[in-house]
Amino acid sequence: MGVNMQALTSRLKQVDRRKMSFIERLYLVAIFKGMMITFMHMFKKKPTINYPEKTRPFSPVFRGLHILNRDEEGRENCTACGLCAVACPAEAITMEAAERQTGEENLYREEKYAAKYEINMLRCIFCGLCEEACPKDAIYLSETFAPADYQRKQFIYNKGELLIPHPKEDPEAYKKALGNRVKRESIN
Amino acid sequence: MADEVKKEAPANFKVTIDNITIEVAPGTTVLNAARQIGGDVTPPAMCYYSKLQGSGGKCRTCLVEVAAGSTADPRPMPKLVASCRTNVMDGMVVKNITSDKVTDARNGVVEFLLINHPLDCPICDQAGECHLQDLGYDHGKAGTRYEFKRRTFEKEDIGPYIQLHMTRCILCYRCTYVADQITDKRVHGILDRGDHAEISTYISKAIDNDFSGNMIDVCPVGALTDKTFRFKNRVWFTRPVDAHRNCENPKCCGKATLWLRGDEVYRVTARKDEWGEVQSYDGKPGWICNTCRFDKKKTSDWVVEGLTTISRHSVIGANKYATLDMPKDTIREVMGGRDPKLLMNIHNVSGVNNPNIQLSEIDRPAHTGDFAKSGDHVNGAGESTQWGLKKD
Repeated sequence: MGVNMQALTSRLKQVDRRKMSFIERLYLVAIFKGMMITFMHMFKKKPTINYPEKTRPFSPVFRGLHILNRDEEGRENCTACGLCAVACPAEAITMEAAERQTGEENLYREEKYAAKYEINMLRCIFCGLCEEACPKDAIYLSETFAPADYQRKQFIYNKGELLIPHPKEDPEAYKKALGNRVKRESIN
Repeated sequence: MADEVKKEAPANFKVTIDNITIEVAPGTTVLNAARQIGGDVTPPAMCYYSKLQGSGGKCRTCLVEVAAGSTADPRPMPKLVASCRTNVMDGMVVKNITSDKVTDARNGVVEFLLINHPLDCPICDQAGECHLQDLGYDHGKAGTRYEFKRRTFEKEDIGPYIQLHMTRCILCYRCTYVADQITDKRVHGILDRGDHAEISTYISKAIDNDFSGNMIDVCPVGALTDKTFRFKNRVWFTRPVDAHRNCENPKCCGKATLWLRGDEVYRVTARKDEWGEVQSYDGKPGWICNTCRFDKKKTSDWVVEGLTTISRHSVIGANKYATLDMPKDTIREVMGGRDPKLLMNIHNVSGVNNPNIQLSEIDRPAHTGDFAKSGDHVNGAGESTQWGLKKD
């Protein structure tokens, strides 16, 4: 480095290359100084929390594992329009659509629904673009992590795993899955 | 103007559209003159279809301002005119996108067209190639001022292959012109008037004409859709390729666009030109017959010519390779003919795109049962048992 080169930060420290004195060469003072720093940390506030007994509050914009939403009557919102899949930069979402038949009106909100819906959590980058793209209020990024696993195949989440619990049959689980966030106003 | 001297009409008329001057043959409409210039200058058209005689003049989306009628009479026309129905005059000056009046009027027309049109684009099969969607995107408002109930109809089957969603219809009359001019017998038409007007077959008489499928192609919205493609896939997930076959039908041109997913032919349509109309070959529009459109759903039926050129701005071109050739599989070559060991074969886990289920071969929309019947996963050839992976 040239002598006259301008320092990029104000934290630049010139290395002292003078020969050390006898006291300095003993290192006792330096060791004591270091131990003091370590000792002082015992009285500081601990940043670690005892996860999973304690959890940190999520940021209101946290983007976790996806859920597929249902409406108040428990019908699936997703109509397999494919906008989440086309918006997905990681190409993690795939789906196959089917036509609702008579007698299935209590299961699906629209005449078309996703018969298969899969998110590859290995590919997903949790950017939330699917949530932005969804015109039917159907996909949300929730306040949960994707749990770790030993097998890759556990990360291919199918529709059964993504769907929110039924609001009428299992209201408690539904509420829990909905999270603490304010639900967006329903479009339809 | 009795003393006006009739001059010999020049061979070509000079017309200026949005400050671009072009010479066109007498009798050309303003819309077609603008199409010869191309680009943004061209007014959108929902009902006019150059291959169908008598079409146009109904939707009013192609309204333009005529700033000067002609060299002989340079007065501006008092009202906006439908460019598909107005012939050019020598020295005519037309304003399309340069006129605020036109933009304003077009926004109004789009609002009117969308009064009864349902906003079910997430369900509609036309989404992604819908002219009304494009028009609404360019000119539409974010909200609606309409407070009344939208006009709704029951879905109707027009013949075994075509489904009519009258709710989505904008009454452009194109499909009736197709029936009149391309098929030998028209059995459908417009019933009732005004707000009650609807397209229907008389007493739901089935259309079983050889060329009835072309109604799907001319429909600017999702009112007439292919039942063999219904809900199978979104158009932007399928890959359009140009293909041809020797069709036995002498009237059929045999040139079509196949919409592929992998090797499966999900849909066959006629080839479209840059205006969304059927491509012409030797001056004849390339209509295709129903056999080509609905029955030839295998790649072996067709000779694939190459990828269809899709506009860079279209969603249909999204996330696709610009070549048909598969990249060479070098791993096998390097490993002396052995297959690479896969840690996971996606088909073992995923239920989507199951190679055992050929959705394209079902001639109706898929139901849950179609996916359940062969839910077993394919055994991956190269699935490895290392890293503690085991099959269950």
